[in-house]
Amino acid sequence: MLYAVLCYNDENAVATWTKEEDDACMARLAAVEDAMKAKGRLGPVARLLPTTSATTLRKTSGEPLIIDGPFAETKEQFLGFFVADCDTLDEAIQFARDLAVANPGGGAYEIRPLAIFHPSELG
Amino acid sequence: MVDNAWIAAALTSARPQALSALLRYFRNLDAAEEAFQEASLRAIRTWPVKGPPRDTVAWLIFVGRNCGVDALRKTRNNVALPPEEHLSDRDDAEAGIAERLDTAHYRDDILRLLFVCCHPGLPANQQIALALRVVAGLPLRQIARAFLVSEVAMEQRITRAKARIAAGNVPFDPPDAEARLERLGVVAMMIYLLFNAGYSRGHADPDAARLCDEAIRLGRLLLRLFPAEPEIMGLVALMLLQHARHRARTDAESQLVLLEDQDRTLWDGPMLAEGRALVEKALRHREPGTYQVQAAIAAQHARAKRAGDTDWGAIDRLYQTLEMFQPSPVVTLNRAVAVSKVRGPAAALALLTPLGDRLDSYFHYHGVRGGLLLQLGDTAGAREAFNRAIALAGSPAEAAHIRLHLDRLSAQPPLPPASAIN
Repeated sequence: MLYAVLCYNDENAVATWTKEEDDACMARLAAVEDAMKAKGRLGPVARLLPTTSATTLRKTSGEPLIIDGPFAETKEQFLGFFVADCDTLDEAIQFARDLAVANPGGGAYEIRPLAIFHPSELG
Repeated sequence: MVDNAWIAAALTSARPQALSALLRYFRNLDAAEEAFQEASLRAIRTWPVKGPPRDTVAWLIFVGRNCGVDALRKTRNNVALPPEEHLSDRDDAEAGIAERLDTAHYRDDILRLLFVCCHPGLPANQQIALALRVVAGLPLRQIARAFLVSEVAMEQRITRAKARIAAGNVPFDPPDAEARLERLGVVAMMIYLLFNAGYSRGHADPDAARLCDEAIRLGRLLLRLFPAEPEIMGLVALMLLQHARHRARTDAESQLVLLEDQDRTLWDGPMLAEGRALVEKALRHREPGTYQVQAAIAAQHARAKRAGDTDWGAIDRLYQTLEMFQPSPVVTLNRAVAVSKVRGPAAALALLTPLGDRLDSYFHYHGVRGGLLLQLGDTAGAREAFNRAIALAGSPAEAAHIRLHLDRLSAQPPLPPASAIN
């Protein structure tokens, strides 16, 4: 069974960490990752950039709305994600638009640039 | 797990929101700060025992209000007290406060707190010191170190600034859209000045780098409150893109390393990515402004994996745009550097010559001019310009950098002027 483990924290608090504190935390996490990696059981690992860098595509009955900032509703749940390599934000937004056409109705796609990405170790 | 480090980070993170709500409530900066301080002490005592509250900001506001009101009761007999329903002692009452404090409320509160620090009667360095103390909550000792003054001197500076504010009118009415935008501009400027106070000192000095970190933190705070303002995106992007290079900007001997000589593997990748993402977000709005254009220039540099890959033509065009928004000889000076890469040193020098009167006392003007004259083979002119630059250098690192050019000049036999070669 594949599991996604999603990270939640107060980003304001994390942003107050010094570089040394941040590096130390990353090193501790890397040690845990390495143990899974050694067993060949680690999928992709990503760290997202802060929510201030996010753009959200909100589906509507017509043209989707492009909104600055992160997805902010609480009545919808986190259901899945894609990682796409795009040269520009416009390309990423177009990808999200295509997804919205394929899956119309409610919901949104939050577009968040990645800070760190380690590809999957799974075959 | 609620350890001391967790609580410290949570308090720092909650400070701007909680303090600004307390300021609205007490309408007095000292009272608000004391109330926040008392609430923080209680947090340190009770959170490890009872566990942290669901909403730390609301908890701090609630406890801070009660502490502040108690303090007022003790010191004065006739104080107009806030409505009683706000003063419940029940532990879970912060839940109600959390619901009442929506984002819009927070937004004007925090903007007010930042804006109060930007009192027009205060010199820029006092505005910055005050914002660091009051909004960021940096200890006095650190602020004093960052500004290279004694702790006593810094305390006096902040006390004077606060007295100035207390004497004036703090704008407590919610601002209308126009006033809000105006405040935003003033606050953005203060944050950028704070950043530059750190940046201009060179980042070999960790205290100076701390100023840049705090400026970025305040910038992100502002951007969270105003997520759709392209100039705020531009401001944060600009700071991130410049700060991302900090480890490459000085060498082991604390000497400045020019952009084109920097080891680009030392640049902070995630920070550059964040800056570039924000530039792209901002430009989608098609409402350019000075921060956005400067950020776009920095993003052009960030894109180049090697100095030789830099798109100087694009940078020249961006500087021309910046000249329209912000006509200034310093902008033209920067553009001249781009022009020298695209059209050669003579074209750049032609752009610089008319600026001579206004930039004669500006270090970089003589530094750039010396470099261009050197490229043209005018060693005597270059030597004179470099000597002038050294006399005007703002830091030992700047002076040392120019001296390096001079040393190289002395080691070479003088070249004939460029026109003689051609």
